[in-house]
Amino acid sequence: MSDFLLQLALALDAMFRVATPLILCAMAGIFSERSGIIDISLEGKMLAGAFAAGAVAALTGSPWAGLGAAIIVSILLGLLHGFACITHRGNQVISGLAINILASALAIVLGIALFRQGGQTPSLGQSERFRPIELPFAEALQNVPVLGMIYSEIVSGHNLLVYVALAAVPITAWVLFKTSFGLRIRAVGEAPEAVDSAGISVYLLRYRAVIIAGLLCGIAGAYLSIAHGGAFIRDMSAGKGYIALAAVIFGKWRPMAALFACLLFGFLEAVTARLQGVELPIIGEAPVEFMLAAPYILTVILLAGFIGSAIPPREIGEPYPKEK
Amino acid sequence: MAKNKKKDGASAPSLALSLSGISKSFGPVHANRDVALDVHKGSIHGIIGENGAGKSTLMNILYGLYSADAGQIAIDGKPVRIASSSDAIAHGIGMVHQHFMLVKTFTVLENVMLGAEKGFQLDSSVEATRAQLKKMGDEYGLSVDPDTLISDLPVGLQQRVEILKALRGANILILDEPTGVLTPQETQGLFEILRALRDEGTTILFITHKLHEIMALTDRVSVMRQGEMVAHRETAKTDMEELAQLMVGRKVLLQVERTKVEAGEPVLQVRDLEYVDAAGVKRVDGLSFDVRAGELLSVAGVAGNGQTELLYMLSGILAPTGGSIEIGGAKVTADNPVDAAHMRDLGVSHVPEDRHNRGLVLPFDAKENSILGHHNDRELGGLLFDRAAIAERATRQVTEFDVRPPNIDLRAAQFSGGNQQKLVLAREIDAAPSLLLIGQPTRGVDIGAIEFIYSRLMEMRAAGCAILLVSVELEEVMSLSDRILVMMDGRQIGIVDRDAADENMLGLMMAGVSSEKAA
Repeated sequence: MSDFLLQLALALDAMFRVATPLILCAMAGIFSERSGIIDISLEGKMLAGAFAAGAVAALTGSPWAGLGAAIIVSILLGLLHGFACITHRGNQVISGLAINILASALAIVLGIALFRQGGQTPSLGQSERFRPIELPFAEALQNVPVLGMIYSEIVSGHNLLVYVALAAVPITAWVLFKTSFGLRIRAVGEAPEAVDSAGISVYLLRYRAVIIAGLLCGIAGAYLSIAHGGAFIRDMSAGKGYIALAAVIFGKWRPMAALFACLLFGFLEAVTARLQGVELPIIGEAPVEFMLAAPYILTVILLAGFIGSAIPPREIGEPYPKEK
Repeated sequence: MAKNKKKDGASAPSLALSLSGISKSFGPVHANRDVALDVHKGSIHGIIGENGAGKSTLMNILYGLYSADAGQIAIDGKPVRIASSSDAIAHGIGMVHQHFMLVKTFTVLENVMLGAEKGFQLDSSVEATRAQLKKMGDEYGLSVDPDTLISDLPVGLQQRVEILKALRGANILILDEPTGVLTPQETQGLFEILRALRDEGTTILFITHKLHEIMALTDRVSVMRQGEMVAHRETAKTDMEELAQLMVGRKVLLQVERTKVEAGEPVLQVRDLEYVDAAGVKRVDGLSFDVRAGELLSVAGVAGNGQTELLYMLSGILAPTGGSIEIGGAKVTADNPVDAAHMRDLGVSHVPEDRHNRGLVLPFDAKENSILGHHNDRELGGLLFDRAAIAERATRQVTEFDVRPPNIDLRAAQFSGGNQQKLVLAREIDAAPSLLLIGQPTRGVDIGAIEFIYSRLMEMRAAGCAILLVSVELEEVMSLSDRILVMMDGRQIGIVDRDAADENMLGLMMAGVSSEKAA
């Protein structure tokens, strides 16, 4: 029994680590999509951010410089998406896909050119990464039953960016629902003509949304290469951007619900890693492949209308102004 | 809001708004040409004109949604530049759009707040807006529950929210065709609110194409025709006839000129026609009638009593579930259905009730729309289109039917309702049908185009075409038909000769009273 509890604690601990980039990207996706811009390029922005962070941290020795570089690169890609979709009214899915392909290929080309390690960036030393942080009293509370264990084993001991991701959720919720900026973001995804006739620029609002999305994806990228990992590895985002997008839809474009979707998906992945090849009672060998596919299957089931309906912002994917 | 009641007596009333030399073109189309307009402070000023006369364009220029190619705008005597809607709002102009500018998933409060928030955090704005809504409700009867979602409100109340939004700090309120979506009672309510606002000093610009609204509400009226401002009048010193003449530019023919046409052989024979829809509801129930060459048969009835399904069966869109349709030597039954393309080959043309979804492809240009359904015609080329032949056909149709503007490269969506209807009519009549099916030909169509459409129908009838008209407008039915078939609940209540019918009798029949009793 205690063995099971330990395993569960380890899985929950891993859940947070796995879910962190999902949460950051999901919040990015919520900002972008609430404003009416489909953001399939979460993946590409995160990957480009991961490369920039790994490269700059390796070159400067500073994780903060790496984080800054990741954010800047990711925002620039966000602006590129905006330039294509907002200013030039391009197709948002195509633009997003193009950015994903560009990021994946460019990271490898630049990586080989800079470091000659087959597209990777050099392994980073401890001081060049974001290290786990022991929260206050974690040591002291270690032996308090249940709560103490949860605090010290699961909540404490993550790197800074994990906590940033967790903080991003209530902040996103607050901005969206308690500020005038959030009101406008939500309005511009539902009825841009109403925003326009109220004398507010639809373009500027949407650009601000994609910049915020870029910022959050940049942090997610830095997390992958200089916090969770110790170097950039080619294609290390491995579809997390798409899972985050699934979480956005699964959470019906609401920050808290999307957080739970990310944690669920993260938990599934964390457990999967532990159950590889393990014989379970009754069901036999753990259905690892099924569990990895679960986020997508759940999202498809949701979209098919079996668990409530996911109604996207009304004008998502539509350029403004529409054809006259 | 300005509270300066006008009581300046002998001195000339000051102008809230003065436009001069406003011009605007969309490509080759002159939507506005050298337009001038003076609006007195604290008055209700009507702007009337047919659909496509340029009223909405002018208002959109004034509100900064379009930029004028030329011209000046002065507010309170001072020249201003309005490049965006935020400029317009800053100059005290508010606009209630024809299509509501509301966020449906927001509450009333959120909609009114949007764009006029007091700071970054919403809390203070929420309180201020709530207080403001209450004040407006008390002062002008503009009350609406601030916490209801827009999507849960009836159209009349949604419009009230639009007015509340537009009134934030506005001295000049523009309403673009505000009554199109309202019931008569809601319209009266709106007029009372507008009068109350005027009495408080708000200047109101009221755009409409309905003459009686101008007479009922406005102090002054300006008439637009084909992008130009043709007259300014004091409402008390004009009447509906004069305004109607100014709008269309010539004497309105209220009476349709009908020539005597000897009806020929039956072109269409319908026997015991039935249609049961997928849900098992009987939509059409035992219709039997003929339409002869040179005859116009109207199908009258309250909308939704099976007329649409009848048109769809006759045009081949739906297959009958019982009975038969005989046309051009072919017999259509449940076992032998015929599709729309085949019906067209049998000499049936169809001007559908819903021209936006069934009659036109809105994003296609006029020349592409002119060959819809006829794209396999040999004269248009075989596998590859003969572009010149298509352009020639489209030009012929556009010229013959006086489509304005006569530009075949314009997308269908860019024409006004009346001209879109002319595009459909031109294509269908151009096919020289032996049977013309036509549904609600004048819905959303302005007076000038209605007159034109009526005279073309009469020409077709004189040329020996059999015409089946479906209309909910009794006046239209009475003035065009030779015989009238009244439908209710999918059933045929009776067929009467036009000369033997009056509106009262048709009204009774539409309610299900048989023709003998109604007579």
